[in-house]
Amino acid sequence: MVLEPGPAEVLNPAAALVVAAGNDRISVVGASKVYETKTASVHALENFSLGVRDGEFVCVLGPSGCGKTTLLWAMSGLHALSSGHVLLDGEPVTGPRPEKIGMVFQDANLLPWRNLGENIAFPFEIKGTKPDRDRVAALLAETGLADFEKSFPRELSGGMQQRASIVRALAQDPAVLLMDEPFGALDAFTRDEMNLLLLKLWSESRKTAVFVTHNVAEAIFLADRVVVMTARPGRLARTFVIELPRPRTVEMTFEPGFIELIQEIKATVEGGGIHGLEVE
Amino acid sequence: MSQVPTELRDEIPSFEARPEARDRGPIDWTGLTSVRTAKSALEIGTIVALALVVFFGIEAILRLTDTPDFVLPKPINVVKTLVGDFGSLYAPHLWVTMEEFVLGLAIGSTIGLVLAAVITQKPFVEKVVAPYIVAMVTTPMIALVPFLRLKFGFGLSPIVFAVALAAGPMVLINAATGFRRTDLAKIALARSYGASTFQIFRKIRFPLALPMIIVGYMVGSIFGLLTAVGGEMVAASERGGLGQRLVFFSSLVQMDKFGAVILIIASLGVGIYVLFYFVGKRWASWEA
Repeated sequence: MVLEPGPAEVLNPAAALVVAAGNDRISVVGASKVYETKTASVHALENFSLGVRDGEFVCVLGPSGCGKTTLLWAMSGLHALSSGHVLLDGEPVTGPRPEKIGMVFQDANLLPWRNLGENIAFPFEIKGTKPDRDRVAALLAETGLADFEKSFPRELSGGMQQRASIVRALAQDPAVLLMDEPFGALDAFTRDEMNLLLLKLWSESRKTAVFVTHNVAEAIFLADRVVVMTARPGRLARTFVIELPRPRTVEMTFEPGFIELIQEIKATVEGGGIHGLEVE
Repeated sequence: MSQVPTELRDEIPSFEARPEARDRGPIDWTGLTSVRTAKSALEIGTIVALALVVFFGIEAILRLTDTPDFVLPKPINVVKTLVGDFGSLYAPHLWVTMEEFVLGLAIGSTIGLVLAAVITQKPFVEKVVAPYIVAMVTTPMIALVPFLRLKFGFGLSPIVFAVALAAGPMVLINAATGFRRTDLAKIALARSYGASTFQIFRKIRFPLALPMIIVGYMVGSIFGLLTAVGGEMVAASERGGLGQRLVFFSSLVQMDKFGAVILIIASLGVGIYVLFYFVGKRWASWEA
C-alpha cells in the first residue's frame, strides 16, 4: 500500500517512518470533506492522511471546527468523504463496521429513557447478540459503576455517564476504539481521573485507539502519537511522537519536558490557525 | 467563527451547561402531566376539607336563598339521583358514550400516530399537509355531526367518526412534534452499531417521541370526550348517550338529573386526566 506522506510528515522523519511502515490497522488517505450549505461550501477536511498502527493510541488535536469530528465520523463509516478514503485492515470503509469499531461520543450520549444496564445492553440488542454478562460486570466493577446498573443517566454525574459510555463501547470488545472528545464537557479534575481510567482500561487490551480532543495536555498524556490539525480546512499540521513511558502518572504532566511539549504543540496549533486565516 | 483556539485554555474547569428548554411544539401541554401528587396527611386532609366546604357550601347557599331546583339543583339531590338511579337512568347512556368515545379515540389516534410517523420522515410532505392538520385541529368537529348524521344515519358511526376526527389530529400534531425531535448523536450511536432504519425508529425515534405522544393522547382524549357528548347533544338519536340525556333532562326541567349527568361527564374527564398522568409518569418520567 502506497501512502502519500503529508508535507508535515516529511518535516518530521519519525512520523514519516511510522506512516511508511504500511502495516496500519487504519489508514486515512487524502481525505477531504466539503459541506454544502445554502450560502457557501465549507471545507472541513482537506487532503488529510493518517495511518494508525495496531495497538497504537493516537490523539488528533486541533482547534474547534477544524474537522476533527468529521475525520472521526469518516473513520467510523458514519459519513462519506468528498474525496479520499479510509481503510480498515486494508478494506475500504463505506459504512458502519460494528464488528470492529466501537465509538465513544461527545457528552456520553446515553439514552435517557434507559437505565445504565439497558444502555450498555443497547449495542447487543442492535446487533442481535447475547450480552456478555461477565465482561460487562467486570467493566462495571472496574469503572466503579457496579452499584449503578439500575440508575438512569440523569441520576448520574457527568463523569459517571461518560464512564458508562466507555463501558458500552468496550463491552463489544471492538478491535478499534474511536473517541470523539469524550471528556470535553467534564471539569478539569474529573477529566484527569477519566484519563487515568481510560489508560488503565486501554493498557489491559491495547486496542487501537483514536482519540479526538482540543485539550493539549490530555492529548500528550494519553497518546503514543499526537496528530495536530490546522484550523478549517483541517489539514495535517504536524505529528508529535510522545515518548513518555507507560504506565503514565499525573506527576509526569508537571515535568518540564511535558510543559515544553505543551507549549510547542500550542505554537503549532496557533501557527496553523493563522495559516487557516490566510487561506480563507 | 473565531480562529483563535480559545479551547486550548484547558486549565479552566468547565462545568456542564444547563440543558436548554426543549421544543414542546406549538402548545406546551406538558404542564398537564407534571402536577405533584398529594403526599402528606395535611395535604390530603386539606383537599378533602375543601371538597366538603364546596359541596355543603353550595347546598347551604341554595337552601338559604330558597333557590328552586329548576334554577340550580341542590348538590344533595344531585348525588341522591346519581346513586339511586345510576343503574336505570345513567349507566346505559354512559356505556353508549363510552363506546363511541373509545372506538373513535382508538381509530383516530391510531391513524394520527401512523400519519405523524410517516409525514415527519419528509419535511416536504410535512409542509404540504401542515395547513390541513392545523385546520382539523382548530375546527370544532361537533359542527360536523349533523352532516355526519345525514351521511351515516342514526347509529353509532357518526359520533365515532366525529370523535376520531377530533382526537386524531390532536394526536397527530403532538406526535409529529415528538417525531421531529431527531437527536443526531443518538441516531449516529445506533448506526455505528449497524442499526437498520426500522431499529433506529423503534429504539431511538419512538422512545424520543413518546412523551409528546402521551401528551397527544391526553389532549386527544379530552377533545374526543367533548366531541362525543357535544355530538349527542346537537344530533341526538334514540340510542341516547350522556349528551342526549343532558338535552332530555333539561327540556323536562329535571335539573337534579341534569346535574347528575354533568357530574358523570366531569368524572370521566378527571379519570382521563389521572390515567394519562400515571401513563406519563411510567413512560415519560425520564424527561421531567
